[in-house]
Amino acid sequence: MTIKIECRTIARGVAEGEVLLSEDALSFLGNVDPKTGVVVDPGHAIYGECIKDRILVFPHGKGSTVGSYVIYQLKKNNVSPAAMINIDSEPIVAVGAIISDIPLVDRLDKDPFTIFKNGDRVKVDSTGGFVELIDS
Amino acid sequence: MYLTAEEENVLDGEQGETLRKAMEILVALGDIYGADGLIPVKSAQIAGVSYKTMGDAGLEWISDLEGTVKVPSILNPAGMDMVRWKEMGIEPEFAEKQLEIIAAYEKLGISSKCTCTPYYLEGFSATCGDHLAWSESSAVSYANSVIGARTNREGGPSALSAALVGKTANYGYHLDENRVPTVSVVVDHELSGSDYGALGYIAGKEIGNRVPMFHLASTPTSDELKGLGAAMAASGAVALYHVEGVTPEAKQVNFDKPDETITIQRSQLDEVYETIIGNEDDLECDIVAVGCPHCSPEELNRIADLLEGKKIEKELWVCTSREVAQRYPDVVKRIEESGSKVLCDTCMVVSPATEGHNCMMVNSGKALAYVPGMCKVPAKIGSLETCIKRAGGDN
Repeated sequence: MTIKIECRTIARGVAEGEVLLSEDALSFLGNVDPKTGVVVDPGHAIYGECIKDRILVFPHGKGSTVGSYVIYQLKKNNVSPAAMINIDSEPIVAVGAIISDIPLVDRLDKDPFTIFKNGDRVKVDSTGGFVELIDS
Repeated sequence: MYLTAEEENVLDGEQGETLRKAMEILVALGDIYGADGLIPVKSAQIAGVSYKTMGDAGLEWISDLEGTVKVPSILNPAGMDMVRWKEMGIEPEFAEKQLEIIAAYEKLGISSKCTCTPYYLEGFSATCGDHLAWSESSAVSYANSVIGARTNREGGPSALSAALVGKTANYGYHLDENRVPTVSVVVDHELSGSDYGALGYIAGKEIGNRVPMFHLASTPTSDELKGLGAAMAASGAVALYHVEGVTPEAKQVNFDKPDETITIQRSQLDEVYETIIGNEDDLECDIVAVGCPHCSPEELNRIADLLEGKKIEKELWVCTSREVAQRYPDVVKRIEESGSKVLCDTCMVVSPATEGHNCMMVNSGKALAYVPGMCKVPAKIGSLETCIKRAGGDN
């Protein structure tokens, strides 16, 4: 069954992948290894997970503005998320997603943490302004 | 956010990929902060220059961009003096990357002058009410507070986007309602010189990101205001402050009295002067650095006067912008005759050259806040006179 959810567009693009949910906010500088895409902060909710090719769902970014360049580095190293979904985007992740061509949306009509579970197949079409749950 | 037909076209990529991304960044930020539209800016100042902070990813991103900026645009300080980097002890590998970053910006029509005080330079003056897109936190504070111009603290990519588009999103400090003071700061004793940096260092921590209205017993010069604002932007996140009877908006607008008042005592300032930040031991300062933010012509003159006829024994850096240094070659010569270095394009905070020193003496509250963390060098604040004395200039 396919569920279509409206959202706000931050960085345009279309991508599909498996959901990875993080209840914690994310500082790309410090929390994520730019070479491997693995979350390296032992205190983080998704410690040890690899964000490569995932649909990364997290509340919002935090930390240093250099985080925008870390997202770009992840992309250049082919270990970036396929797309990102925020509750409320802030400038660090927004700018990082745009310069790296990673689709980013926020303010979904339904709470992504109730609708999605880890491993669900999801399509983010931020150009069209919606997210689709393809297979759960 | 409302976009004109022309802005929509840019966002749809009709004027190329670089402008499309620049517009996408401006629109995303405008949406996040609830802007009603875009407004033209008079100039841009772009952070994200030092190779120390940008790394290869930043260099790669800038190198991929195409086109020309639409408004006068200038850079934040870099990791080294572009001419005298060898003398600073900078590694050739670092220098090569740093020069590549500057060249990538120049290709976009951006001035390769690197300074945190663009307001001293030809073509970057601003007046009360002008809209700007500046990045460096002390430049933002000076523009908003001392000049009365209007800018948010832009990130590197958003300032660059504003430079390429010639506009920024209309939110935050561009709007009257966000420029109203929300906390009062009272200082009953006389202050001068580095006292303002020490005051900012203390006040910034308590103010956070609010807009303070200062009530001061003495009347600060614009150089002293520069030091106050720089320190508050470093120890806190203050991008705009007012000083009763001094700064332009405090004189023009009849603001309501804020609910909260913070009083700062002389003893709190004395405590800052007595502390070495970043180390408990009573370390010997082996480097002295002044010019954070970059020296004005008046400050260079004052330093030259203090160094007149003296020979210093320790490393003494005087940081300023290349344009100001070139405007006053005689003053620079007078300073350097003492054995100190007038360094341009860079500063003690963003250059890797200070790493490995025991302890740095500074006359700046901003440097005091950043040097221990960013350079891993403990720091101590003193007046300009004490700094010069500490460098061995009292013989």
